Amino acid sequence: MKMELIIRNGFVFDPINGVKGEKMDIAVRDGKIVERVNERKALEIDASGMLVMPGGVDIHCHIAGSEVNAGRLLRPEDHFKYSERKTATTRSGSGHSVPSTFTTGYRYSRMGYTTIMNPAMPPLMAKHTHKELNDTPMVDKGSFPLLGDWWFVLEHLSNGRIEECARYVAWLMTSTKGYAVKIVNPGGVEAWGFGHNVHSLDEQVPNFNITPREIIRGLCKVNKLLNLPHTIHVHTNNLGKPGNYTTTLETMKCVEDLAADDKPVIHITHCQFSAFKGSDWKTLRSGAEEIARYVNNHSHVTLDMGQVVFTDTTTMTADAPFQYTLHELTGSKWTNQDVETETSVGIVPFRYRRKSYVHAMQWSIGLELALLIKDPWKIFLTTDHPNAGPFTAYPRIISWLMSRRAREATMKKINRRAQSKSLLPSITRELDFYEIAVMTRAGQAKALGLKDKGHLGVGADADIAVYKINPEELDPSRDYKIVRKAFRRAAYTVKGGEIVARNGEILKHVKGATLWLKVKTSQQTKVNEDLKRRFRDYWTVEYENYPVSENSLDISHPINVEAKI
Amino acid sequence: MRTVKHVTCPVCGCLCDDLELTIKDEKVVKVKNGCALCKAKFLGYSKHRVLKPLVRKNGRFFEVSYEEAVSRAAEILTEANYPLLYGWSMTSCEAVSAGIELAEEIGGVIDTTSTLCHGPSTLGIQDVGISSATLGQVRHRADLIVYWGSNPLIAHPRHMERYTIFRKGRFQKEKRKLIVVDVRKTETAETADIFLQIKPNMDYEVLQALRALIRDQELDVDEVAGIPTERLEEIADTMVECRFGALFFGSGLTMTRGKNRNIDAVLSLVSDLNKLTKFIAMPMRGHFNVTGADMILTWQTGYPYAVDFSLGYPRYNPGETSAVDILLREESDAALVVASDPVASLPRKAAEHLAENPLIVVDPHMSATARMADVVLPSTFVGIESGGTAYRMDHVPLPLKKIVEPPEGILSDEEILRIILSEVKRKKAEQMENP
Repeated sequence: MKMELIIRNGFVFDPINGVKGEKMDIAVRDGKIVERVNERKALEIDASGMLVMPGGVDIHCHIAGSEVNAGRLLRPEDHFKYSERKTATTRSGSGHSVPSTFTTGYRYSRMGYTTIMNPAMPPLMAKHTHKELNDTPMVDKGSFPLLGDWWFVLEHLSNGRIEECARYVAWLMTSTKGYAVKIVNPGGVEAWGFGHNVHSLDEQVPNFNITPREIIRGLCKVNKLLNLPHTIHVHTNNLGKPGNYTTTLETMKCVEDLAADDKPVIHITHCQFSAFKGSDWKTLRSGAEEIARYVNNHSHVTLDMGQVVFTDTTTMTADAPFQYTLHELTGSKWTNQDVETETSVGIVPFRYRRKSYVHAMQWSIGLELALLIKDPWKIFLTTDHPNAGPFTAYPRIISWLMSRRAREATMKKINRRAQSKSLLPSITRELDFYEIAVMTRAGQAKALGLKDKGHLGVGADADIAVYKINPEELDPSRDYKIVRKAFRRAAYTVKGGEIVARNGEILKHVKGATLWLKVKTSQQTKVNEDLKRRFRDYWTVEYENYPVSENSLDISHPINVEAKI
Repeated sequence: MRTVKHVTCPVCGCLCDDLELTIKDEKVVKVKNGCALCKAKFLGYSKHRVLKPLVRKNGRFFEVSYEEAVSRAAEILTEANYPLLYGWSMTSCEAVSAGIELAEEIGGVIDTTSTLCHGPSTLGIQDVGISSATLGQVRHRADLIVYWGSNPLIAHPRHMERYTIFRKGRFQKEKRKLIVVDVRKTETAETADIFLQIKPNMDYEVLQALRALIRDQELDVDEVAGIPTERLEEIADTMVECRFGALFFGSGLTMTRGKNRNIDAVLSLVSDLNKLTKFIAMPMRGHFNVTGADMILTWQTGYPYAVDFSLGYPRYNPGETSAVDILLREESDAALVVASDPVASLPRKAAEHLAENPLIVVDPHMSATARMADVVLPSTFVGIESGGTAYRMDHVPLPLKKIVEPPEGILSDEEILRIILSEVKRKKAEQMENP
């Protein structure tokens, strides 16, 4: 099938290829960007007076898997008011902060997003995650297995066996069809198995002769040995606790010496939650300045925001001890699910209120981080969906980043004390469309090592978003509401070369591919044999029944990775 | 003769996946590692099969082709205003997925057997949440096991062997303590260290008393549900003093007086215990994939059972949109039953209305429900003659294997549902063209 498409006359923002709003045509054939197409035959999109960007990429959003589904189950009250009707092209669904799978795909597509990363997959539950991802249409997707508290990792690293550890990680990555190494509150999650936690990088993990620092450093080395496209993806220790910005600084510092060639070696995710200064909730202050200063002076770190929006939402993380604290703090209902040998998950409903000092400070901290970190290639736009708010709030966040007025309008409505402590009034920076394109697609694709995503160069996947914004006429600082509206409903979303959404209407239900790493190491057979022998000591399922088979993925997109070992 | 290893058992929610089957002439002749229920199924499943689609005409069944039976089924479902799609707990996730799409397409209600067993558990979870874990976590860490209103030795025969009492775990120091709470001395209770025989329908009172006791409150009564207060205090102490406790509850708690309130209480008790130690709770799900049906419904619609598509979007209101209530109100005007035998398990009045509906049954057996049906579509045994995915009671997904060939021409639930769905779509498109 030869599908040709040409997008004419748009203002193109393609940061990876250095295109900054120039008027040009984008040609598409068979799902890829090409030099030119037969202009008489090709389907034409007239993008005059509009923005053209690569499709949005989300590096961190909890949209699928056992923890997300436990959240859906826990919260019928989240769904009642947010139902989506079946149409001729779309399936029905429901949900605000934890939408059902089909609905999730449609909502991303309406905003012009085409690739998303599901950042917390309990390996034992990988089959579940992938089943949900199969049912999440319109986007390509990947998943990060939770590895920071896996017993094999703890055992190998505590004995200094980095190479062995790497081979086991390779096995797990391929078996679970994962995309990156996820570390959540390293050591703390294992401690939670008996209801405990760890509180610093150098605290001994109970029952294992290892510290969080050793886990992070060890997996960072493993990640390099395996040549994985993304860095380690880290949810810090002490997340959500006042004073934790020092833990975050230490976490970034602890892998400083492992960096080379100015390349990132660590991604600190939803950094807002890990940028608190102060000794308790009353004295909470922003640690954004200190973190931004560090990040501005180092090149081995990328971050994402975890921006708070004021709404009702559902918090869910593998940091189950933190979720329990949140349950005690709020009195809200609480679900916990520990996963043998590997990890855990906790879920608590939550409402971010403008008039709460702490919540308002959190709102401010996220934006401060994004604005104080000078290089947009280092910090990406996320809400840690649904932890700090649902992904449907991205257009609102874009408007805050692009407009001081938008920030001031919200600032006026928040808690008075937070107004006086916020650093935002002193920040004049307003991002432009180029920087937004970096933070919402190009930078994320680059950090993920997705070579065919996040740009519009020849050979790239034809995932494209067109927004009804004329950057020559519109001043985003003043007209932030128009910006918000335009990003909420892309004029066109093109996925794999097809127009799948137009002005917020889904035209075609398409399945996206599942991106996963096929990691090749030497001596893999020995590792497999060893795992097979020891499997029953660790899990309650059989070795043979553990892996996710490739044919269970509706559209499988393996990425071959040659490890150094 | 050949052997197949690592087979997942399609009987109960334990979903043991370590079976070794010996196959001779496309028949299972030997089962290794399985319990009595497992062996009975693998060695005896092929009895009482339906091997030809049946359609009732003038009160009598006639053997027909799949095409004809599917066409009749699609006709019934397309003409109905408020069809009920019920069952789903003994089939694969893939079949359930097709069933949800069908329910959405025809604007029907889809409900699972949860509605009759652990529906109240779901309502309890939606009220207070649940502190839970996978079974391996229990195996490695628990030093206290509680079975409440459940009798695993009979209903989940390998539960204790594989996950709780008898399986060695990494952090296990000594023999685990077993508490059983029930209204009668069950087989499981016989093996318990502590057996609490409480008066029937008084679980709620005992649970709330324990909640008070673990908060160091004093009870001003001498006994609760027939148990002396001092004894309850001992139980409360045992719970508080353990390092990792796991409480499993069955339909003895969900289907007795109080129902979802009992579950609120038990889940709150376990949640409270986490202030003092580590404690988890888990419903003892019965049918092998009832958990999977809940899971898929939840991720595709937002709701775990009793999902009503009559307005074009999913609605959920157990008590209104649940199968028993719809049938008692005599609202459904057609029904599709898959992998379940509701005539044998529903309240009599509900079963009567079900039988009055134009009824389609997809099942390998000539079940009681199939005998009442207007259309019977014979299917394969999932986990024996066709594969797929199922969920263990702790939400761990496991593969179901195709071990032997099905009888010639027999389709799987999933295949049958997919062709009904496409036939329904075709008929609807036809109606659109010639209204």
